[in-house]
Formats: sequence, structure tokens, C-alpha cells
Amino acid sequence: MKFKKVSRRKFLKGLGVAAVAGSLPLKMVEVVYGEKPADKFTFAVISDAHITQIKGTRFVRNFDEGLKKAVFEVSFMDPPPDFVVFGGDLAQLGKKEELDHGLEIMSQLSLPIKWVVGEHDFYLDMGEYWQKHLSPLYYSFDHKGVHFVVLNSILTYESWINQFKDPMERMLNMARLDNPKGSPFMVGKEQIAWLKKDLEKYPPETPLVVLSHSPLYKIFKPWNFWTDDAEEVQAVLKRFKKVTVLHGHVHQVLYNQIGNITFMAFISTAWPWPYPVSYSQLPNAVPKVTVFMNRADPFKERDGTGWSYINIQNGYAAQHYQLWENTPRTVYYDPKVSYPVDQDYQDPARRIPPQEHY
Amino acid sequence: MIKRGLFWVLVLGIFGLGLAQADEFTKKDLEKWQKAFMAVVKEGERLFHSPLGSNKVSCDMCHPHASNTHPETYPKFQKQLGKVATLRDMINWCLENPLEGKPLPLDDPRMIALEAYITWERRGVPLAPGKH
Ligand SMILES: [Fe+2]
Ligand SMILES: [Fe+2]
Repeated sequence: MKFKKVSRRKFLKGLGVAAVAGSLPLKMVEVVYGEKPADKFTFAVISDAHITQIKGTRFVRNFDEGLKKAVFEVSFMDPPPDFVVFGGDLAQLGKKEELDHGLEIMSQLSLPIKWVVGEHDFYLDMGEYWQKHLSPLYYSFDHKGVHFVVLNSILTYESWINQFKDPMERMLNMARLDNPKGSPFMVGKEQIAWLKKDLEKYPPETPLVVLSHSPLYKIFKPWNFWTDDAEEVQAVLKRFKKVTVLHGHVHQVLYNQIGNITFMAFISTAWPWPYPVSYSQLPNAVPKVTVFMNRADPFKERDGTGWSYINIQNGYAAQHYQLWENTPRTVYYDPKVSYPVDQDYQDPARRIPPQEHY
Repeated sequence: MIKRGLFWVLVLGIFGLGLAQADEFTKKDLEKWQKAFMAVVKEGERLFHSPLGSNKVSCDMCHPHASNTHPETYPKFQKQLGKVATLRDMINWCLENPLEGKPLPLDDPRMIALEAYITWERRGVPLAPGKH
């Protein structure tokens, strides 16, 4: 006898709405109604796990636990998300031991994973292991009427890449966020040409979601909260009516609107980065619209970290940040004001003292 | 009582030989002392970006440019410790916990270097002791 593997979704569909609806928890009924394509769907986001090898089979416990916790919680989402986005920086120093160890933890998920490459995954072997064992560096796909584009936004200048005596020296120099001898991220001409071609066949009404590791705009160059050719990428996206760019790298709640493009960042499972406003020596362009996440309590190991899920409805994104050991946050695009807002704290009168960073 | 003659001999002796000019210094001196200080800052920067504990984690991973360390607010009541703490106490807390290492003696040259770097990256910010 042979058993056909049937997903829960198909299983529910097979039973029919009327028979099941009465016996299901309310939030599951949604799945059964999800027949009509396009309108509404959910995907989960896990990002910036920074799995770090100490020696041999020893890895940094703190970062392992962050990724494991996210994987555990995502796998219990009910209804399950359509897929999971990994936002980059699975490894700390791009080692195959780190990528393998991260993959092993991620393999607990029985959901499709859309991988975005981060600089920590890339600069040891220039993305070789990533492409062989995880994913192409850039690609696109369609999902329920929405066009998704994944970009490799962490490329940089050849002259910078070629100056190091060995791959590990290059990796270590890229891994130091505040490296004064660092180099800005970029998408590059080749990929921008590919992007143009990829988007050619889509009418401007098609909702677009772009996934990248670095923000596709300019916030703070000294920490590479920055993409050098961001304006060129933004120009290619200009003719679309609904564009959302989702990115990792910054390890914080961060959102912005530039013209037709809505930007939202992912939080990290490993640790939160400070907002650039807390470095007093250099100017920054942190978006004014962002309500900061609470200052993390270092004595609570998982504070300031977590994962998120994103609902796409009518082509607009709403991101639900699951901040461990802190209040969850929801940021969504508000068509009334034409920029993303926080559901609870956007009004300055509602802000709370822990959101002040200095 | 010192005789007047002897007094003048002593005065001339001290000032004449330049032994009492301790609080006069030149631009060159200032440069020299600043250089000595910056050498310690530089060492602090190196330590801040090195794995000082047992697990390869370094200070800069959570605090790029030593940001979000607030040296100007110490000493302050550290709510998690339930007492007034200094910046050095907090440096040691980080060494022992996220870095899974051993604390440094409070007068260890490495501790002083870390403090010098953290404070240097915060130069110009007004003192705000006790601020949470
Ligand atoms: Fe990261
Ligand atoms: Fe990154």
C-alpha cells in the first residue's frame, strides 16, 4: 500500500468548507477560503542568524538558540505560511561548517525557503558554497499574483575585493561592521540589467516585492546601512504602482517610504544593532518615519531579537515583528498617508521612553 | 628662622634652576601627551574588536563604534544589578556573559584601554551621570 503525501491545505480543501468550518479554530478557516488567488497570503521571515563556529563542532550557543527558537516558532504557525524568507547572514564568517550548521537547523522547517545572501555568507568564497548548496544569488518568482525579486545587494568594488592576501582576511574585513577600511555594498550593472529584463513583461499594476540583504537606499555608510547604486535600482522599480523592498542586515525595526517604494527591515535572531543615531560622531539619514524598537536589555539574552511574518494584501505589506522578550510590533503600508506606519506607536504622543535611542 | 640672605639663595636656587615650573607646558608637551593617550585608545579599539572571551564574540558585534554604550551616563543605578554601577562594571559584565570570558581587574591596562576607546568615541557628549 502506498500513501500519497498530502499537505494539510490540500487535505482541508478535500473535505470542503462546510464540513470542516464548524470544527476548526477560527483562524484556520481562512486557509480554506484562500482559493481565490492574489488577494491575501502570508510568509514568514527569519534573518541574520550569524551562526558562529568556535572550534570543531562547537558553535556560539546564543546564536544557535536564536535560530532554533525562530525555526521552532515558525513551524508552529497556524495556518502555516506559504513560504519562509531567509534574509541573509546565516553564517558569521562564511565557513562551510557554519553554513552547514545553519542549514541543519533550518532543515527542521518543512516549508519552501527563499534564500537571500548576506555579506557574511559571501566574502569567504565569493558565494561559491551558497550557490552550490543553498540557492542562486539572484532570482525571481511569482506567488499568488505578486512578483517577487531576490537580489544580491552585497557586491562591492573589484579593487577592494582584490587587495587581500587571503579569503579569510577579506571575510574578516567585510564582517567588521564599523570597519573604516570597509567598502559600500552594491547591486552592480549586470544584475540591474537582469532586473530590467526580468520586470519587462509585467504591467505596472503587478504588485512587486523585492528582497535584498542591504537596504536599497542610503542610511549610514560607515556601517553599510547603504547600497551605493540604490538610486539606479529604485529607477528600475519606478513604473510599478505597488513596490515593497524588504531587507535584512540592519538587525532592527526600520521602515521608510521613497517615492513609490515602501521599505521595511527584518530583525535578527542573533542580536540587535544600534540605530546609527546612537553614534554621536557622524551624521546619519535614519528615516524619520521609523518608530524605533525598544532599547534592548542586555541582561535578557533574546531581547531585541526575533522573527516576523508578513501579510500581503492587495499588494501591500504588513510586517508583524515577533520580538522575543518584548512587545510585538506591526508595521504596515497605510494607503491613506502613502507610507508605512506602526499600528500602535506612530502617533508621537503614543511613544514610550524605551524607544528613545541616544 | 632662616636668615634673609639664605632665603634669597634658596629662592634663586629653585627658580633659577627651573625646578618649580611644573605647571608650565608647551604645545609640544600637549602633542606628546595626546599621542600617548591616543595610543591607548588605539589599543582599546583593537581589544574592542577582538574576541576577549571564550567564544569568538567581540564587543563591536553589538556596539559598532562603541555606540549604545553610553559612557556619559555612568556611574548610574543599573536596574538589572540593583545598585549603582560604573562603566568598568558593565565592561566586565559583557566579558563574562555574551563573551563567556573572565572579568578584568579594574586597573588592568586592557580595562583602561577599553574605557579610553569607548569614551573617545563619545567625545563631546555632555556628562549625564545616572541617566537611564
Ligand atoms: Fe547581519
Ligand atoms: Fe549583513
